[in-house]
Amino acid sequence: MTAGLSSKPILAVDDLHVTFATRGNDEVRAVDGVSFDVRAGETLGVVGESGSGKSVTSLAILGLLPPRGVTVTGSIAFDGHELVGAPEKELQSIRGRRAAMVFQDPMSSLNPVLTIGRQLTEVLVRHKVATKQQAPERAAALLERVGISSARARLKNYPHQLSGGMRQRVMIAMALACEPAVLIADEPTTALDVTIQAQVLELLKELVVGSKTALILITHDLGVVAGMCDRVHVMYSGRIVETGERHALFANPRHHYTRGLLGSVPRLDLIGGRLQPIPGSPRDVISWTDGCAFAPRCAAVTEACLGTAPDLEPTDDGCKVRCVHPAAPGEALWTGESTGDSIGDSVGDSMWKAP
Amino acid sequence: MSTVQDHLQSLMGNRVVETSGSSLTRETWKRLRANRLAMVGGIIVVAFVLVAIFAPWLAPHDPRDNSWFDQIRPSSIPGPSWDHWFGLDESGRDLFSRVIYGARSSLIIGVVSLVIGATFGTILGLIAGAFPGWVDSLIMRITDILLAVPSLLLALSVAAVMGQSQTAVMVAVAVPNIPLFTRLLRGSMLAERQKDYVSAATSVGIARKRLVLSHVLPNSVSPMIVQGTLALATAVIDAAALSFLGLGSADPTIPEWGRMLANAQRYTNVAIHLAIFPGLMILITALGFNLFGEALREALDPKLRR
Repeated sequence: MTAGLSSKPILAVDDLHVTFATRGNDEVRAVDGVSFDVRAGETLGVVGESGSGKSVTSLAILGLLPPRGVTVTGSIAFDGHELVGAPEKELQSIRGRRAAMVFQDPMSSLNPVLTIGRQLTEVLVRHKVATKQQAPERAAALLERVGISSARARLKNYPHQLSGGMRQRVMIAMALACEPAVLIADEPTTALDVTIQAQVLELLKELVVGSKTALILITHDLGVVAGMCDRVHVMYSGRIVETGERHALFANPRHHYTRGLLGSVPRLDLIGGRLQPIPGSPRDVISWTDGCAFAPRCAAVTEACLGTAPDLEPTDDGCKVRCVHPAAPGEALWTGESTGDSIGDSVGDSMWKAP
Repeated sequence: MSTVQDHLQSLMGNRVVETSGSSLTRETWKRLRANRLAMVGGIIVVAFVLVAIFAPWLAPHDPRDNSWFDQIRPSSIPGPSWDHWFGLDESGRDLFSRVIYGARSSLIIGVVSLVIGATFGTILGLIAGAFPGWVDSLIMRITDILLAVPSLLLALSVAAVMGQSQTAVMVAVAVPNIPLFTRLLRGSMLAERQKDYVSAATSVGIARKRLVLSHVLPNSVSPMIVQGTLALATAVIDAAALSFLGLGSADPTIPEWGRMLANAQRYTNVAIHLAIFPGLMILITALGFNLFGEALREALDPKLRR
């Protein structure tokens, strides 16, 4: 898993805080002390429900948050450059060239009045990867690389003439145009049909494995994470609550939120089981407590959880968990009879399979 | 259904949709064709423009030629006849020729004032849309002030300040248009800026100037096209109103529909045709532009598009 990875992280996020000002005096802490790093060639999965701060973290990395009403503190070190507070000019030269992003909805992420050829060549010319004369050639090659046939003719198409899966392929081609060191994919398959989802993920995996690009895959689909990622972050309410190598984490989820997430996913290898939904709804972002944000919904909650929030503590299997009462290793997640696979393998392999 | 097949094929990825030119234009045209009122409006607009351009060839007589003055009596002015389709005017000139030449000055005033109004309006709207903050606020407050004054009153004051000339009329008609274009462009740019493709373009490193000019602006112009058509209708009416009120061009021999209507007032009980024909022309022209503009708005509306 870690073979062939360079030891120095390409991207190191340290104690990142993102705060949104609201109309009153309240503020919304969208990201609250997130730290992680990514190495070249690695695939990092970030899971969590809506509002857990996954997307805001990724937007902060590329400096794409609106300038007004948003406060970003902490450190984002990209290949030695500090990005928090970096001038817009510097960010512009990094975006697309060294770090790029694939957005959730390919239907609205392409400019409807420009041909896809124009949008692709624009990126190439902008970052001086190709001259104006070479650019169409390169753009066609990029389209071919993401599996679009008759690429040359496609360049003259407008976004509305392509299907959703095609458009997402174009978005990926655009993001990979300059062979960035880091690619952030923010729920790249949420807006697509299930069959197309698998194709797009397979494509992403293929492109990343071949190059030294680090992929940060943001998703709320645990199956995708299990199938593609080397390491996994579980986020809840702006914090990383559990992190670890994929197999270890899925084999022994310790945080009650992670356990809740896994328990609420249907499994093919369990007979007669019942899905266990997580009770309650995500924390109201404005009312802030110092304690564990998941406490109101947690089955194992005690008085101690409401005090100060615990730090990410390492566990014996190499993961880290932010919980006062982490579950014991091997504690059952599902009720029902298992067909015998260990949890980690079965989640990893049965939930997501490329066609 | 061929559309279902197209969709299936494009899903399979082996069909390349061939395009020549902008498909938005083509689709808009298709939708306009289907709308009967749009075609009526379009025909009126085209006819108006053709009449204005080819006035010297269409008019049977010189509009300044008053050689039929001897037929004018205080109690009667000859109405429509075979020789003079719209009759004679109060000075013994051929009314039909004058109405045709009137289209010409209406078109010139309309187009020039539209160009002036749209140009300044677009520049201001572009600045306001590109620089949110105090620049935007300042421009928008100025537009609010201009919009608070009724457009005809504004045009009247401008014409009064600049004196009687054709240029004055054009500027006067253009000024009330400026805030309309400014507000419209700024609004649609604000809406476009929020869209995903702008974040996506930013995320691949496109600089702000380029983002505004080549991504946001082209997506924001379609309401401007509609406003342009509708503004032509108002320009024709406003120009007529100004010359009706005596603020038109200084040369009384230049035929203008508004002035013809104003002069006709004195003869309404003698020769009603003097008021009817210029009035009808103003009405039909304004109606044509409005019908066409409204249909264009519908045809360009992305919410109504498939």
